[in-house]
Formats: sequence, C-alpha cells, structure tokens
Amino acid sequence: MEQTPILPTFNTKNGIEFGIYTLGDHLPNPQTGELIPASQRIEEIIELAKFAEELEFDIFQVGESHQKHFVSQAHLIILAAIARETRNIKLSSAVTTISVLDPVRVFEDAATIDLLSNGRMEIIAGRASRIGSFELYGYDHRDYEELFEEKLELLLTINQNEVVNWSGKFRPALNDAEILPRPENKERGIPIWRGVGNSPASAVKAGKWGIPLFQAHLAGAAQTYQHRIRHYKEAGYEAGFTDEELPVGTGGILHLAETTEEAFRTAYPHFNAGFQLTNGQDFPKRGFAQGKSPKSVTLIGSPELVTEKMIYQYELYKQQRFTVEVDFGGLPLEEVKRSLTLFAEEVMPKVIQHIQADKGLH
Amino acid sequence: MKILVLSASTIGKTTQTAMEAVFSTLKNQYGDEHQIKYINLQEKEMIFSDGRNYLDYPGDTGEVVQAIMASDVLVLGTPIFQASIPASLKNIFDLLPQNALQFKTVSMVATAGSEKHFLIPEIQLKPILSYMKANIVPNYVFLLDTEIIGNEITSDDVYFRIDTLIEDTMVLAETYQEIWRKQEENYGF
Repeated sequence: MEQTPILPTFNTKNGIEFGIYTLGDHLPNPQTGELIPASQRIEEIIELAKFAEELEFDIFQVGESHQKHFVSQAHLIILAAIARETRNIKLSSAVTTISVLDPVRVFEDAATIDLLSNGRMEIIAGRASRIGSFELYGYDHRDYEELFEEKLELLLTINQNEVVNWSGKFRPALNDAEILPRPENKERGIPIWRGVGNSPASAVKAGKWGIPLFQAHLAGAAQTYQHRIRHYKEAGYEAGFTDEELPVGTGGILHLAETTEEAFRTAYPHFNAGFQLTNGQDFPKRGFAQGKSPKSVTLIGSPELVTEKMIYQYELYKQQRFTVEVDFGGLPLEEVKRSLTLFAEEVMPKVIQHIQADKGLH
Repeated sequence: MKILVLSASTIGKTTQTAMEAVFSTLKNQYGDEHQIKYINLQEKEMIFSDGRNYLDYPGDTGEVVQAIMASDVLVLGTPIFQASIPASLKNIFDLLPQNALQFKTVSMVATAGSEKHFLIPEIQLKPILSYMKANIVPNYVFLLDTEIIGNEITSDDVYFRIDTLIEDTMVLAETYQEIWRKQEENYGF
C-alpha cells in the first residue's frame, strides 16, 4: 500500500460520537409472534436512520448477513436508500463481510454511496461468522483467515490508490486497473475500519496497518474488552502511528426504560428468542441479569444506570465513537424510538459533559 | 423434560447394550411424562468438528448435535479406549459450542475391558463436562466387558446400578430445574 490509511473525521464539538447500528435481523416479535414483512422491516430501518438523524446521532450503520432471519444481504443498497433520505448523518456498514465479497465491487458501491450522500460514507470490514455465505459465494470456509486478510488488504489498496496493480489467491489479478468512481474528498477514498471480534491478533493487525478499529461488545465485564484495544494501540505505536491516528469505535446493545427493571423486562424476551433463532443458544437469564451492574458492558437499564456505564466504558476505552444496536429481535419500532428518545434526552448530554470535561472542551 | 441417551462407541456391542438398557429403563419409568430419545453413534455418519456454528453442520452430524442442544438431560455411554474416552465422543464435544451443557444434567456410563480404567470418567470425562458447564451426576456406572457378553447383560447387579444411576439423574435434574426456575424468578424479568 502506497499511501497512508484514510481516517474518519470526528465530531470535535462534543468530543465523542454516538452512532446506531442495525444488523438487519428479521425476527418475529416473541411477545406477539408477529413477523412483519421484509419490505416493512427495511422501511423501518430507513425510518430508524431518519429518527437517528433527528436525535442528532453522528452515524447510522447497517450490517450484512446472508443467514436466514435477516434482510440485510444487500446492506449497501439499504444504505444507498438511507443516503437519499437523510442529509447530515454519516453512514457506514457494520460490518461488510469482505471475506466473501469482491473488494472492487464493494469499493464501487461504497464510493457511489459516498457520492450520493455528499461524502458521508464509511466501511467497517469484517469476517462472515457463519459458513452459509462462504458456500453461497463459492468459497471454502477453511480459508476463513486468509480470505479476510487478502480481501481487506485489496480493499485498502483500492481505497488508497486510484490505479491498482495487484495479484492474489482468491481473485483475478488487477493490472493498471482504475477503480471508479472516486469519492470527492482530498484523499479520494473513504474511511475503512477493521471490525474485530474475539481475536487479539486481529486487533494487532489493525494497529500495524494503522486502520481504525471497530470492536463489538455483547455482554460480560466491560473491562475484559479493554485488552484488545491496548493490543491495537501498542501495535500501532510500534508501527509509528500516533494516538490520534488510531481511532477506536465500539458497538454494544442498548435498551432504555424509565426504570432498570422495566428495561430488562422489555428487552430480555427479544434477545433470548433472537439468539435462539440466529445462534441456536439461549441468552442465559443469569448472564443477562448481570447487565444490571454498572461494570457490565451491556447498555440496558434506566437512563442513570446507562449514563454510569457509558462513562465507565469511556474511561476504559477512550473511544472516539460509541455505536449502539437498538432494534434486535423483533422489538417494535415505537419501543425502539422510546428507548432512543430517553437516551438522547437523558444520557447523551451527561456523557458529552463528562467527556468534554475530560478533554478540556467547552 | 427432553432426555437423550447417547451411545458414543463406534465399535462393539458392550456400550450399545448398556445404553439400550438405560434407554428402556428410562422409557418404562419416565416415558409418560418425558420425551426420551436414543442415539447410537454406530448408526451415524459423523464428520469432524471444524469450528462452525453447530446449526451449520449437515446430515447426521447436524441431527446429533441439535438433539444434544435440545435436551435437558443427557446420559452418555462411553467405552474406554487407550486409557481415555474415544475420539468419537471427544468429537461430539468439539462440535458443540463452549457452554453447550449449561442447564443440562449429564450422567455417565463407562464400559471397559479392565478395572484399571475405573477412574477414567472421573479424571478425563468430568473435566470436559465441567468446562462445558454441565450439571454432573457425581456417581457413574462402570461396567466391565465380563458383565455384558455380546448383546446380553449377564450380571444382574448391572441392572441395579443402572436403576440407581437413572434415579440419581432424574432426582438431580428435576431438583435443579426447580432451582433454576426459582433463580430466574428472582431476576424479576
């Protein structure tokens, strides 16, 4: 790669960014048994993005999945629709399963969304977690690791070079290939993050390459997720990057109600039934109940508890961006909006205030 | 409750015969109230674990792992090969997710050619079950191949030991189901 990685820009006024991500799951509401049509689910994702913009979230992200129980197979097309119905909010994938895709096509699509949205597009590149998509696209899932590294490297190369000469194992070579269209910013590319799950080695690679790190947090003690961020930063410093050149975004589940008890009561059935259908395992109630501790990474509870948790997590991670998943498991849109309104009114200002004080901003 | 009796030997009759006795005893005593299923790995074409989600395994492999995941009670029958559990049983564990046995009660029947192997379930099988979060029935049945000849259990005592194991398993499973229910009630959601 000839140029340095293209980094996202962040909201400097608040000192922190807030985002929403959806995986595009399409699951029945376990309380009523109702499964809305796919068209309505996609419409509701677009509606959620517009609502996020109204509440002054900084970014809206859509994941990709080729599994049953999802509508986000063509997640970049959904993002293109959102691009035309919003004005200011930044857009991103979360994640694009680059392992099974052609990086040329992904760049063309994402760059087009960037042009459609007046330069608001970003990509988080991740692995596919299930084998279905490997079979679907004609890959062997045993090449899981190698596929991801090769495809991500090509995507970064295309992003950082307008003319590409490249050869690899999983895609025909590119000879003096001019990959178009180009985003109309100074770098003529888009910010690309590395999505990291449970692998410290993956965080180290993100640091070595100096690309932003996006880490998803599901449940458990917030502290346990800190060590991968440390690995990322240490590897990045060693490779010569500064702290500012190593941004961190985190993703986690969020659900708010007036009281913590009500938040848990309304959220649990959706997470449990959703996990059962998409992963084949319950979300154990005991583990979920531990989310009531301020030291748990799960952002479920009253506005006071979630504020405390977010400040605690900021102190651990010092991330640039907090992204939250709010619509999992067939939760009705009205309930999602209620939860987000509480968040925007009662949590965001306090978290911003804390972080501004931490950074000496006013 | 869903009860699964699994004979994990790929060769010979000893483990299979013992587990068929376990299955028929369970069926006679608990068949009306509970769903009881028997799987003999000798009849299944299993593939090796490659780390994928258990829902993604095709064919017999998928059927076996899904039956295990759906069960509340698991009675494992294992032969002892080379002073250890057989690869066929280890593969079953490898096919499953990390905490697969959480909230499941698991009991064991081991068959062996020598008394020297009596502690193998204790020192090799139980640690795996613990790691996978099983609720383990402490005592197991240990059978020598002199007690089962071909398809026939020749020692009357074996039936008594199997009866005791089933009683222990069911009492522990039912009691823990009640304990877990009460715990969950306390969470208030």
